Amino acid sequence: MSVKKKFKGLSDKAVGWLFIGPTVLLLLAINIYPLVYAIKMSFTNFYANKIGREPQFVGLKNYIKVLNKEAIWEKMQVTASFMFWTLLLQAIIGLGLALLLNRKFKGNELLTTLIVLPMMLSPAVVGVFWTYLYNPQVGLFNYVVNFFYDLGSFDMIGSSTLAPWAIVIVDTWMWTPFTMLICLAGLRSVPNYLYEAAEVDRASKWQQFIYITLPSVLPFLLLALLFRGIENFKMFDMVVELTSGGPGSATELASINLKREAFEKWKTGYSSAFAVILFVTIFGFGNVYVKVMNKIKER
Amino acid sequence: MDTSRSYLEPSSFSKKMAAAIIIVYAVITLIPISWMVMTSFKNVDSAISYPPEVLFEPSLEGYVNLFTNRSRQSKEYLDSLPPPKNWYEELVRSREMVITGPSKFLGRYSNSMIIGFGSTFASVFLGALAAYAFSRFRVPLKDDLLFFILSTRMFPPIAVAVPIFIMYRKLGLGDTHLGMIILYTVVNLSLAVWLLKGFMDEIPKEYEEAAMIDGYSRLQAFFKVVLPQAMTGIAATAIFCMIFSWNEYAFAVLLTQFNAQTAPPFIPTIIGEGGLDWPAIGAGTTLFLLPVMIFTIILRKHLLRGITFGAVRK
Repeated sequence: MSVKKKFKGLSDKAVGWLFIGPTVLLLLAINIYPLVYAIKMSFTNFYANKIGREPQFVGLKNYIKVLNKEAIWEKMQVTASFMFWTLLLQAIIGLGLALLLNRKFKGNELLTTLIVLPMMLSPAVVGVFWTYLYNPQVGLFNYVVNFFYDLGSFDMIGSSTLAPWAIVIVDTWMWTPFTMLICLAGLRSVPNYLYEAAEVDRASKWQQFIYITLPSVLPFLLLALLFRGIENFKMFDMVVELTSGGPGSATELASINLKREAFEKWKTGYSSAFAVILFVTIFGFGNVYVKVMNKIKER
Repeated sequence: MDTSRSYLEPSSFSKKMAAAIIIVYAVITLIPISWMVMTSFKNVDSAISYPPEVLFEPSLEGYVNLFTNRSRQSKEYLDSLPPPKNWYEELVRSREMVITGPSKFLGRYSNSMIIGFGSTFASVFLGALAAYAFSRFRVPLKDDLLFFILSTRMFPPIAVAVPIFIMYRKLGLGDTHLGMIILYTVVNLSLAVWLLKGFMDEIPKEYEEAAMIDGYSRLQAFFKVVLPQAMTGIAATAIFCMIFSWNEYAFAVLLTQFNAQTAPPFIPTIIGEGGLDWPAIGAGTTLFLLPVMIFTIILRKHLLRGITFGAVRK
């Protein structure tokens, strides 16, 4: 310790605060302050478009309103089923692709990079160009489907039964590489001697997969799903551009509904309460999930 | 029995099967992107023909429409005009239209650039400082602070958008480049700190300690020894921040309208009145996605780290 004092210039402690300070201050100002502000507004009947009108304290009224509104539960259901199907498909396809890529054939790296491309693109712009692919008159997607199985004319975006699948397909197309990459890292982290020992013990390939591969990949897969779960719970941009929540409210996810209440109807107090509820939900689920994930890792 | 290869190595048949399936997947997954690029080189009629045309006569109509505003004119009026000065005027005239001026696309694109570069620089700079401190010093409540920084990324953007909207209105930052730069800097900070901390952890402490024994102060050692060592990590982090700012839509659509609007909220509006100008949409999309695709290829070795905030390092 005493050695450090010989160095010239600021002490490490001062440098530490100097370096961390700006980041923490900025986060407090642009992230925490707005959040606290939103919590405060959630207890009032504030309308952000009515300047000069003094908001009144209404207690828990907004929260009760949100939780008693049937439409909100419908949105939550739409969000939940979107999350369920996207995560399920991305887990299965992503893990499958990772297992295949792990066979280290020629051109492996190049193919991985190509497969990864969709997830780096702007979700909003992806939403825009999929409206073209899904176009019922001229869309490539519709053409290809009809080529293999004649469905006649169908409208992925315009039909309330198909639209939820339209967003699931695009999200899966875009984000399967994410689970794939993370699972691939998991597969590569399995030490070879485990398989060698299993071979010596005459374990079949299937047994090796169940008892060695799967348990080693599982923590990685769960981590990938955690990231995707948080992102898809917040999902906004791609779906807004693809279906804008429609038809009716068939694909109106929680975030899209929140945007409508906050920026179209300007019910600031009410929408803040909804935002706080969403935020608590995501945090709560996230925490429970991390605990479960750590338990699985420890095993 | 074949003993020439290790029993761990997959057989050459299973490798070939795996390769075949992966190639099929790669082709399918790239079709939507390639289709958009192809559409950008079609003319408007070809883009709305059914069955979709795979072979077509290339046209730059989409790009011309992307960069210009046009208005439809009567045949008599068009005949009364002097002959077109250049190829793109000719192209527009053949559609019985005249060019009325440049479109907003370039402005929106450069807004994306300015806000992207500005916020990337700021978040990488601030992130590198914080990451260094977290990596080297004993900071009180270090884990809590790091988790706090990460947790800011979990906020649904819409949840904080209203307060930020009100705050920006008061401060005069609404619809300004500076406002968007600050906002994206903050959103990217969590990623920058977490990623850069990982990269800095990998640089041996002994380097800067040696420099400090030679008479450098802590600050000098950081700027002259650590930063150059961390350059690869800093570049990778910068690209990730840039891609995020480039792609961001929710804040852009809610907080900007004219002055500081970026390309993502603008691109859907290119479609035009008839809703048929797919080549122009294709052109805008292609120009917008191209930088990201190039960046992805540059980044490929660090991709995993970036998308998991440094949690998985391979």
